[in-house]
Amino acid sequence: MSERRDLEVIAGLVPAGARVLDLGCGDGELLAWLRQHKGCSGYGVEIDDDKLRRCVERGVNVVQMDLEQGLALFDDHSFDVVLQLETLQHLRNTERMLRETARVGRIGIVSFPNFAHWPNRLRVASGRMPVTKALPYEWYDTPNIRVGTYADFEVLARKSGLEVTDSFGLHEGQVVRRWPNLRASVAVFRFERH
Amino acid sequence: MASLQRVQAQFMSFDEPLPLRSGAVLPAYSLAFETYGELNAARSNAVLVCHALNASHHVAGLDEQGATGWWDNLVGPGKPLDTDRFFVIGVNNLGSCFGSTGPRQVNPATGHAWGADFPVVTVEDWVDAQARLVQRLGIAELAAVLGGSLGGMQALAWTLRYPERLRHCIAVATAPNLSAQNIAFNEVARRAIVTDPDFHGGHYYAHGVVPARGLRVARMIGHITYLSDDAMAQKFGRALRAAELGYSTQAIEFQIESYLRHQGDKFSEYFDANTYLLITRALDYFDPAAEHGGSLSKAFAPARGKRFLLASFTTDWRFAPARSREIVKALVDQRIDVSYAEIDAPHGHDAFLLDDERYHRLMAAYFHQVDRDVRAP
Repeated sequence: MSERRDLEVIAGLVPAGARVLDLGCGDGELLAWLRQHKGCSGYGVEIDDDKLRRCVERGVNVVQMDLEQGLALFDDHSFDVVLQLETLQHLRNTERMLRETARVGRIGIVSFPNFAHWPNRLRVASGRMPVTKALPYEWYDTPNIRVGTYADFEVLARKSGLEVTDSFGLHEGQVVRRWPNLRASVAVFRFERH
Repeated sequence: MASLQRVQAQFMSFDEPLPLRSGAVLPAYSLAFETYGELNAARSNAVLVCHALNASHHVAGLDEQGATGWWDNLVGPGKPLDTDRFFVIGVNNLGSCFGSTGPRQVNPATGHAWGADFPVVTVEDWVDAQARLVQRLGIAELAAVLGGSLGGMQALAWTLRYPERLRHCIAVATAPNLSAQNIAFNEVARRAIVTDPDFHGGHYYAHGVVPARGLRVARMIGHITYLSDDAMAQKFGRALRAAELGYSTQAIEFQIESYLRHQGDKFSEYFDANTYLLITRALDYFDPAAEHGGSLSKAFAPARGKRFLLASFTTDWRFAPARSREIVKALVDQRIDVSYAEIDAPHGHDAFLLDDERYHRLMAAYFHQVDRDVRAP
């Protein structure tokens, strides 16, 4: 499954033994994997009751919280890595969230659907909004309130004073380093504070 | 799900004096307790349940009088705290009126009931007494300590005073201390009791009376704070008892009045006024951060290595979610394992005693983890 491969690729970016904060951690699969295979520790943040319970079931630390409220619970530089995977597109305050990520963690890793992936471009050129594996919703029922592109994020990162230390695309579980804005359905950025 | 059948209170007496936080010493005392389920061979599956203001050691099952335990919906065979897997202990706290040494009982020094002379006991004193009982039961390490509200404060205090004697702390609808508003409600309740002419300075037993009027008002005030505005509106609204207004300032006009009076009446028949004073004071005094310059994070340093579950309810304004988040923050600052759920329930503070599906599924999930932890080599 490509989602699982995506997780593995991203898990590969997290240093062994890191203290990790996973924003929008879902059912805690990644944190559990990082704990078991890389000796990582930390917390997940999740708003959904069922996903929260699944984290608790697998013994992953999870805090129920609305990310729109910011990260006041977490002190400056208190984590090695802050993950924000497939979360950014659901948040109203994207820019503030990125700044908060950089405040709390030494390294930030984000992933989100790349709207500039070529099938999306074709679809928009044909006059319709795309419905794909990475963007599986109709325009009228999507929970994604922000759509952006790989290239857009580079601009926002610069504006927010973040130093991008690695970035690439993902598609069908494969890393895409050549023309990721065109060829990848998912964008991945690793950044640090300036 | 089935409840535990017939459960029986047990008593354990302690002759070694218990030094209290106030500096006073309780020379000897006994504790009432109940247990459910079987202690395993490794003696590692024990869970202590701490009670809140008006509850007791009778946590689950049916007692000899046929009364159901106060947390029977949570504790029992196949329930979230599963007595088929865990050995569960409910203890009645010192100063209570349900069997453990308290103001109704005879002070050996005077030969009369303790009454108002019963020493002021704190959350920490209760935990010290509980720890002795647990030790006497031959349990070196509890799998978990669980409590809601004031019981949650005890569960937290366990991790600060006896961290080596428990693995997990589950604290529901609780707070790191009472707010001024909370203390204010307690003070109104206490004034209602001590200004009742039947109070007699707390020595009403000798006069053959109880300050029932004061207790009733105290309970009415308390009860208001346990419910959410919405829950009250939904349950009672402005419904009248009669078809029309009676234009009386004294009679019961609204259903909410009838309900509160009924709650007050019931309470005054079984609860002791001196106990009410003592327990509300214990609530007021609890403040683990106070000894650490107000830093709750520093206060939790001894709890490192323990695992926590905290839960709050969105409509609880007496122990609001923000208060639980303060505890979560302190634990995160100490890099302590913690999970926190903010349960969207309409009932206010009382929600912790109710059978909310999301809440109980969460508790079941956590105890599943505790069970796995207990079984791990």
